[in-house]
Amino acid sequence: MSITFEEKKAATRALIEEVLKAYPEKTAKKRAKHLGTFEDGKPDCGVKSNIKSLPGVMTIRGCAYAGSKGVVWGPIKDMIHISHGPVGCGQYSWASRRNYYIGTTGVDTFGTMQFTSDFQEKDIVFGGDKKLEKIIDEIQELFPLNKGITVQSECPIGLIGDDIEAVSKKKSKQYEGKHIIPVRCEGFRGVSQSLGHHIANDAVRDWVFEKSDGKHPGFASTPYDVAIIGDYNIGGDAWSSRILLEEMGLRVIAQWSGDGTIAELENTPKAKLNILHCYRSMNYISRHMEEKYGIPWVEYNFFGPSQIEKSLREIASHFDDTIRAGAESVIAKYKALSDAVIAKYKPRLAGKKVMLFVGGLRPRHVIGAYEDLGMEVVGTGYEFGHNDDYQRTTHYVKDGTLIYDDVTGFEFERFVEKVQPDLVGSGIKEKYVFQKMGVPFRQMHSWDYSGPYHGYDGFAIFARDMDMAINSPVWGLTKAPWK
Amino acid sequence: MPQNAEKILDHAPLFRQPEYRAMFANKKANFEFKPSDEAIEKIVQWTKSEDYKQKNFAREALTINPAKACQPLGAVFAANGFAKTLSFVHGSQGCVAYYRSHFSRHFKEPTSAVSSSMTEDAAVFGGLNNMIDGLANAYSLYKPQMIAVSTTCMAEVIGDDLDAFIKNAKQKGSIPAEFDVPFAHTPAFVGSHITGYDNTLKGMLQHFWDGKSKTAPALERKPTESINFIGGFDGNVVGNIKEIRRIFDLFEVDYTIVCDPSQAWNTPTDGEFRMYDGGTTKEEIERSLHAKATIVFQEYCVEKTIKYLQEKGQEVVVLNSPMGVQGTDELVQTIARLSGKSVPAELEKERGRLVDAIADSQAHLHGKRYALYGDPDLMLGMTRYLLELGAEPVHVLSTNGGEEWAKKVQGLLDSSPFGKGGKVYPKRDLWHMRSLLYTEPVDFLIGNTYGKYLERDCKVPLVRMGFPIFDRHHHHRFPTWGYEGGLRVLVSLLDEYFEALDAETSGISTTDYSFDIIR
Repeated sequence: MSITFEEKKAATRALIEEVLKAYPEKTAKKRAKHLGTFEDGKPDCGVKSNIKSLPGVMTIRGCAYAGSKGVVWGPIKDMIHISHGPVGCGQYSWASRRNYYIGTTGVDTFGTMQFTSDFQEKDIVFGGDKKLEKIIDEIQELFPLNKGITVQSECPIGLIGDDIEAVSKKKSKQYEGKHIIPVRCEGFRGVSQSLGHHIANDAVRDWVFEKSDGKHPGFASTPYDVAIIGDYNIGGDAWSSRILLEEMGLRVIAQWSGDGTIAELENTPKAKLNILHCYRSMNYISRHMEEKYGIPWVEYNFFGPSQIEKSLREIASHFDDTIRAGAESVIAKYKALSDAVIAKYKPRLAGKKVMLFVGGLRPRHVIGAYEDLGMEVVGTGYEFGHNDDYQRTTHYVKDGTLIYDDVTGFEFERFVEKVQPDLVGSGIKEKYVFQKMGVPFRQMHSWDYSGPYHGYDGFAIFARDMDMAINSPVWGLTKAPWK
Repeated sequence: MPQNAEKILDHAPLFRQPEYRAMFANKKANFEFKPSDEAIEKIVQWTKSEDYKQKNFAREALTINPAKACQPLGAVFAANGFAKTLSFVHGSQGCVAYYRSHFSRHFKEPTSAVSSSMTEDAAVFGGLNNMIDGLANAYSLYKPQMIAVSTTCMAEVIGDDLDAFIKNAKQKGSIPAEFDVPFAHTPAFVGSHITGYDNTLKGMLQHFWDGKSKTAPALERKPTESINFIGGFDGNVVGNIKEIRRIFDLFEVDYTIVCDPSQAWNTPTDGEFRMYDGGTTKEEIERSLHAKATIVFQEYCVEKTIKYLQEKGQEVVVLNSPMGVQGTDELVQTIARLSGKSVPAELEKERGRLVDAIADSQAHLHGKRYALYGDPDLMLGMTRYLLELGAEPVHVLSTNGGEEWAKKVQGLLDSSPFGKGGKVYPKRDLWHMRSLLYTEPVDFLIGNTYGKYLERDCKVPLVRMGFPIFDRHHHHRFPTWGYEGGLRVLVSLLDEYFEALDAETSGISTTDYSFDIIR
């Protein structure tokens, strides 16, 4: 006899209680607000979010710099992004996010390079503005085809009182209005990567849109112009998305920001519709374009055929019959492929339980793709989500799903131990912990060096990857036969 | 349709399908506003020129693709070498996420460390409360036997005082008064990851030897016959410390590895996650004070610790990552001298086997030109080994090596006819190296994973060595030190040579007359 939902929920509550016992009282009280179970009919997931991580608990979160340089700005391929401050931040984030792009690196594109001001003690004591000026001059000399420069602030910049805005303005004037963009994404700001996304969005608003009038006068709009917002082209995600949009008859005039260029950002206000994948990191600029330029925006989800189909129709609903017909023909065209993928992998994956902990949109967006393969997501949570993310999550999760916000290493380990999922999807810091425990794992930030996972082409890879993770013979070897 | 359920295409072949190629061409032509192909090609060629090299080397402020990381990374490495020790990095939390990711990408292992998660309010008022709560939380959750505190640049810029903060936290009852919390200030804007290793190791020894920040009596040194070994920051630590232990065991001497992360980053997949495994114990740290001598394998990883050990009255034998035959001879003879024992027959035989392997293969490496970059000691060790093999180190570069280091490398180069054409480049980065590889080409490049960009641009085959290695698996499990390690390095050099030669001679009906079955 299977247990009822009520029993399941009671068991989950007991699990949370048990895990909280390990904390000092004060901390347990705070963490309790971030852990819960989703109950059908509720407007959100019943957890608090976007609150400071507690010291010493081993949060999985990063910082504002990671959100700006690592996520939003870094992928803009024809600009040079200076990691301004000590050497480490730029080093650890160097080419590690797999934002694919096409270009001649070091000449017209710079995505997989690490530019840093490598602060020394004297820069801390005397300030780094003079050094920054010189750096910009040196960039101009050695990389004449760069289309702009961003200054990605590391922690010390905001603490020592440097005026990177003044330097940027001065240098922009000297180099004939070139985009030189100061970004105040010091790592101590905010509670996670999230504020870095916001700050980076605001920098686009203030330093790109405000200064782009009249650029590219020859750029002619069409009624079918859209911009992809919030796809970082990890393993080529934006490409396997773009191809569908183009096939349905839309014209993609910009990619934000995977494989993106400054010209694409500049021309985005000419779009008829902004389509937004990662709501968390780019809703700010989408809202701004709606207010300022009257461009509507729509969220979409390109993970798994059910959600792709729904999203293609939703996007098409903003256009005329030509596009609507285009969407239908795209859906029809790829049906054979997704049916074949499901026929191949569903028998191997059906009934398998998944626990997720990721950033951005994935803790909810990938649920449909797992369900297309007959799998069930039994636990999920956001590294840096806000309440509006947890509201959106209610459309995806089932009654009784375990929810954990800003999960700590300790909690995640205990939850997995007790829930015993067949697969955990999280990041590099978590991967080996769970594999040691004998639990199959896929990195859901970097796609574990695979991908793309977006679109129909990506879904095939996603299904194959989940199968190879769960059904690898290695999991039958973890216990010695004499034990 | 590009994708196929039967034979699923990964990103590399998928995006070469005609549909995607057409899409890329359209994006480029209509939306990117790129410079013309001619303009790009002109700059491509210019970046290869002598003129560009001079401008590149004239850089004073900008660093591009450096081969170094920051202090707290080395702090986390060092702390991971002690038994049941949790790294606690005081400052912004993103840094700790970065260190953990960086190590996990290299070792393919979990790396545990916590942050005090300081934010704006801590920037204004200081991070004392973060320390108080953080130590309490880390202690209750992760049950370490010791918490090693280091700092990010944020905490250093605002001037947080670790000693006072830890004492304060203990007074507030975060952790028991007698609980060991060694600490080190590790500002990211001074030195590099090897400096952080040094500061953390010194902080650890000071804590246990000098009276635990005035909370216990200082230990009194009573010299023994024991020998300490300090390896330093090392990407091959898992294989190397195991090899060093084997060498000491063959000598049958009493020894202590001071800082040994070789088990923590080498745990089995057997159903259990071990947050802590192996490492130097507190008892070993304490007894290491009494050792007659300490062998420092990598000088530049422990410059301050060396002085500290000398002040304690130990003999300190300072080495520069001695590799290969003569390098290992130096290590082995040092152990023999210090212990008063003769070199074990087994080791002598191993030496002979390495010499045998070199004799078998040296013709393939003789006169080959190498560029190499990395941490200062590794560069000294590899330069010496290359000279011994009859290979020519042409460009020896280090981002975190200074003038003193450069002199040492120059001394090595001057000591051999094979070093005649060699030049040393202190405080330079991989963009400098790019210019060198274009203007003064070499046959092979030795360096970490980031060297693959140079391999692609300059078409010079890369032998992966150093830290980090992200894109090849399990190299760190094997030694590069000792005679066994020397053999391993020799094979890496030879493999890359043979691969390159096979590639060069595989042109059907053009170069494949030399596609030999026996090399």
